[in-house]
Amino acid sequence: MSYRTIVGLEIHAELLTESKMFCTCSAAFGGDVNTHCCPVCIGLPGTLPVINKRAIEFAIMAGLSANCTIAEKSKMDRKNYFYPDLPKAYQISQYDMPLCTDGYLEIETVSGTKKIGIERIHMEEDTGKSLHTEDGSSLLNYNRCGVPLIEIVSRPDMAGADEATAFLEKLKAILEYIEVSDVKMEQGSLRCDVNVNVVADDGRKTEIAELKNLNSFKAAAKAIDYETKRHIEALEAGQNTLKETRRWDDAKGLTISMRSKEYAHDYRYFPEPDLVEMEISGEWIESIKKELPELPQAKKDRFIKTYGIPEYDAGVIVSSKALAVFYEEAAKLAGDAKLASNFMMTEILRRLKDMDSDISDMPFSASDFADLLKFVKSGTISNNMAKKVFREMAETGKKPEKIIEEKGMKQITDESAIEEIVDKVISENPQSVEDYKNGKDRALGFLVGQTMKASRGKAAPQMVNKMVSEKLNK
Amino acid sequence: MKIYDLTAHEVRDRLRKKEISSVELTQETYKRIEEAEGSVDAFITLTKEEAISRAGDIDRAICKGEDLPDLAGIPMAIKDNMCTDGTLTTCGSRMLGNFVPPYDATVVRMLKDSGAVIVGKTNMDEFAMGSSTENSAFKTTKNPWDTRRVPGGSSGGSAAAVAAGEAFYSLGSDTGGSIRQPAAFTGLVGLKPTYGRVSRYGLVAFASSLDQIGPFGKDVEDCAIIMGAISGHDSKDSTSVNRPVEDFTKEMKDGVKGMRIGIPKEFFGEGISKEVKAMVLEGAKIYESMGAVCEEISLPSAKHALSVYYILATSECSSNLARFDGARFGYRAENHQGFKDMFIKTRSEGFGEEVKRRIMLGTYSLSSGYYDAYYNKGLKVRTLIKREFEKAFEKYDFILTPTAPSVAFKIGEKMNDPLEMYMSDICTVPVNIAGVPALSIPCGFKDGLPVGMQLIGKFFDEATLLRAAYSFEQASGIHRQRATLAGGGENEL
Amino acid sequence: MAISVKDVEHVAKLAHLEFEEKEKMGFTEKLGAVIGYIEELEDVDVEGVEPTNHALDIKNVFRDDVSEPSMSREKILQNAPAKRSGCFEVPRMVD
Repeated sequence: MSYRTIVGLEIHAELLTESKMFCTCSAAFGGDVNTHCCPVCIGLPGTLPVINKRAIEFAIMAGLSANCTIAEKSKMDRKNYFYPDLPKAYQISQYDMPLCTDGYLEIETVSGTKKIGIERIHMEEDTGKSLHTEDGSSLLNYNRCGVPLIEIVSRPDMAGADEATAFLEKLKAILEYIEVSDVKMEQGSLRCDVNVNVVADDGRKTEIAELKNLNSFKAAAKAIDYETKRHIEALEAGQNTLKETRRWDDAKGLTISMRSKEYAHDYRYFPEPDLVEMEISGEWIESIKKELPELPQAKKDRFIKTYGIPEYDAGVIVSSKALAVFYEEAAKLAGDAKLASNFMMTEILRRLKDMDSDISDMPFSASDFADLLKFVKSGTISNNMAKKVFREMAETGKKPEKIIEEKGMKQITDESAIEEIVDKVISENPQSVEDYKNGKDRALGFLVGQTMKASRGKAAPQMVNKMVSEKLNK
Repeated sequence: MKIYDLTAHEVRDRLRKKEISSVELTQETYKRIEEAEGSVDAFITLTKEEAISRAGDIDRAICKGEDLPDLAGIPMAIKDNMCTDGTLTTCGSRMLGNFVPPYDATVVRMLKDSGAVIVGKTNMDEFAMGSSTENSAFKTTKNPWDTRRVPGGSSGGSAAAVAAGEAFYSLGSDTGGSIRQPAAFTGLVGLKPTYGRVSRYGLVAFASSLDQIGPFGKDVEDCAIIMGAISGHDSKDSTSVNRPVEDFTKEMKDGVKGMRIGIPKEFFGEGISKEVKAMVLEGAKIYESMGAVCEEISLPSAKHALSVYYILATSECSSNLARFDGARFGYRAENHQGFKDMFIKTRSEGFGEEVKRRIMLGTYSLSSGYYDAYYNKGLKVRTLIKREFEKAFEKYDFILTPTAPSVAFKIGEKMNDPLEMYMSDICTVPVNIAGVPALSIPCGFKDGLPVGMQLIGKFFDEATLLRAAYSFEQASGIHRQRATLAGGGENEL
Repeated sequence: MAISVKDVEHVAKLAHLEFEEKEKMGFTEKLGAVIGYIEELEDVDVEGVEPTNHALDIKNVFRDDVSEPSMSREKILQNAPAKRSGCFEVPRMVD
C-alpha cells in the first residue's frame, strides 16, 4: 500500500503600511504596550473604520505577483467571534468577494517545476496580543490590533514538507521583493497554518488536520512529516484520523489535539455595514502594475543573461531581495560580475549562515565589498588575503583599504623582492631541490608553500609559482 | 411666556440683541430643570459646571462683538448614546453605567464649535432599543403632556427635555423611528436626516445601516438651523456623504403651491387609530388649501418593513453589541470562572431583557442555516421597499403619513408584549430601511395629547420637507402650544 | 412554537448570553412570537432581486496611509475594569 500526502497552507502576512488598516495609529512593530492605540482600534463604542488605501494596493500587488485575478468588485465582511484579543468581537475580513483569486506560484521540485495553486488572497485586520501571568491573569496589548494582514490560501497542491517549504520560501521572497511585508516569522509578520491529510492507493483518505503554532519553516516541515506518519499509521491500523485542529509542540516534536471546543465556530459572516464596497478599475490595477518591482524569476533570468553567472548562483542570490540588490550594486561598482558572485557564494553566504543573519545586518556596504573585489582584481591582495580582509570587515565594519594598510596585507608583486625570498628558501632547502630534480613534483609545492610562509602570505602566489618553477627548471 | 418656552431662534435673537446673556439663559434652564425633573426625569447626567463656563465664554465673545453661529450660547441636551469626552455616556444601560468616553462624537464636536451650551445627557431606551424609554436601566422618562404616559422612544429623554422647557433643542438618534415617534408623542418637530447626511462617528451603534442622528425642536425653523450645524461629510465615517452643507432655512418660507403629495394607503390601515388617521387626512386638506395636490398612492412592500427591520436591525446590533464583554470598559461581572464565563456573566447581567432579545434574534438571523432565509431575504425585501419609494418620488415631492399609530400610551401598557411595542414603529421603519429623510410635525391633539404627522422626502431633500412642514406649522399654529407637566399627582414614579 | 428552548440555548451560546432556568421558558415564548411574525417574509417573492447592503450608492471610500500620534495610554486605559503593567487585565485565557 502506498500513500500520498496532501498539504494546503493558510498564510498570514502583516503589511508594511505606515498606519493601521482602519485607523491612523502607527502599524510599526513593537513599541511600549498600548501606545499605538486609539478609540477605533480598541473598539470603543461609537467608533468607525476607514479603509487604508495603501493596504488594498499592497494586497493587489501581492495578488498580481502571484498571478491572481483581481476582483472588479470587492467588499469587507464581519467575522464574528468572542476573544479578548479581538476588541470589537468581530474581525473585519473578507468572505465571499476577496480581492484576489485563482493564482499560483511555481516551485522547483525533484521532478521539475510545479505550479501550486492559490485559491485566494484577502484583506483583514490583525488582533491584539496577550501575555499570560503566573497568577491566573492575561494581559492584553492592542498595539498590533488593526494592523493590515493579507491571508493567502493555497490549493491543497503540495505533496509534502519539501514542496510546502519551497512554496513558503517562494512566497516569502516575492512578498519581500514587492516590499509589502517584511515576512519575518520571528516577529510574527508571517504566520502559517497547515492543512494535512493522506490518501491511500485504494482510495481511503484521512480527515484533514489543521496544524497551528508553527513558528518557522522548519517547524512546518517537521509538523507535516509527523502528521503524515500519524495519518499513515491510522490507516494502516484500519482507522481514521479526526477532523480537528492540532498544535505543534516543537520541543516534543509532535502535534497535540486542540479539541477543547464544544462546537465549531459559527462566524455569522455578513457584509460590513460601516464600510462601502470597492470597485477596482482597470486603470487602478494598471497603475499598481507599473509600481511593481522586478520579481525574483525575472531578476534571476536577467542576472544570468546580463552578468553571465551560473544559474545555481543566480538562484541563490535572488532568493533574498536584499542580497540581490547588494550583489548587483557590488558587481557594477567592481566591474566584475563573476568575481563578485564567486565571492558572494562562498565567503558572504557562509558568514550569513554562521551568524544566522541577513545581508542587511552586515556592517559593510555593497561599495565596501566592491572595493575589496577591486583590490583582488588589481592584484593588490591575493584571494586568500581577501578572505582574511573580508572576515575583518564583517567583524569590525572597517573599510577594506584600512584593513589592508593596518595589517600590511598588500601583496608583494615586486619581482626582485619575491626573487629575494625565493632564493633564500631554495638555499635553505637543498633537499627539496634535490627531490624535485629526482622527479618529486610535490617538492615544488612545498617550496612555494615555504616562500608564501616566509612572505607571510603576501607574495603573489602565481608569481611565486612561476619563479620557483623557473629557478628549479634552470 | 416663560423664557424656557421660547424657541431656539427666538432666544438667539435675544442673545444677539443682548437682551439676555448666555449665562442667564443657562441658569434659567437649570432652574427649570430643577423644577421639572421630578415629574419628567429626562436627564441621566447634568453638566452644570461646564455649561455655565461655556456660556461665560460665549458671553465674552458676544461682548467683543464677534460674529457667532446661530446656536452659540443656547442651552441644549444630547441623547446619552453620543460620546462626550470626559462626560458619562451610558446609553441607558447598566453595561455602560460608568463609561466615560475619551473622545467626542463628531456632532458633539461640531456643536461645541458652534458655541452650543450642553446642559446634560438625556435618558433613552437601552442602546436605543425601544419605543417608550421604559427600557432604560436607570429611570423612566415621563411625557410632559401627561406624566402618566410615555414620551415615546428610544429618544424619549431628548424629546421630553425640550417639551418640558429643560433645553431649547436636543439631539436624538433614529434607527426605526426613535426621533420621529417621540416628537409625535411630545408635540415637537423631529427630523431623521437622509442616511449619510450626518456623521455617525461617536454615536454608539445600534444598527449601522439604519442609524442617523437628528434634531428635536419646538418648531421647524429650529430644526432647520440645527441641521445646518450638524450635517456634513466626516472623513471618520465611511458612510457619510460628501455633499456641501446646505442652508436648510433658505427655501423654508417658499410655500407648497404646486407640490404633489403622495398619501400611501398602506399607512392608513387597521393598525392606526381612527383619530390619528382623521387628523393626518385633515392635514392633507390643509396642504390642498395652500395649493398642493394630494393623491393616494400605494407602497405595497411597506407592510413587510417591520419584519425586514427586525431582521436587519437586530442582526447588525447583535454584532455591534458583541464588544461589550467587560474586558476594556464598562460593566464587568464580579463572580466568574475564567474569561469566557466573565464575558457571559457580564453580558447577561449588564444588558436588559429587550436588548438581550434583539441580540438573540439577530444572532439567530445570521446563524448558519438561517442567513439566507432571514438576513439575506431581509436585504432583498429592502431593495423592494427602497425601489417603491424611489418610484413614488419620481412623481411626488413628498409622502404624507401618520407618524405613530396612536397618541402616547400609558407607562407599563405595552411592556409585556414585545410585538405590540414593535407595532408602534410601523409607519416609521420603512423610512430607515429606504434611507430617505423624514420628519414628524404636530398636526393636532386628541384628549390633550399631541398627534404627529410624518413627511417623507427624497434622498437629500430635507429642504422640501422643512419647507412643507413650515407652511403647515404657520397655517396651524399648533407649535406654539406648550406642555403643562400634568399628571395624576405630584412626582409620580 | 417558532423556536424551541434548545434553539434558544444554542443561540445564547453563540451570543455569549445565559438565562436562568426560570426565565428561559418566558424568554423563549416572547422571542418565538417575534420570530413567528417575521416569518411572513417567507412568502415574499424576491426572484431576481439583488440584496441592498447600503442605502446609498457610494463606493471606494478610503484614507491615505498616513499615521498620526496615537491616543495616550492613560486615556486608552481610563475605562479599564482591571489593568496591570500598562495592559488590560482579564482572567487567564486558556489556550
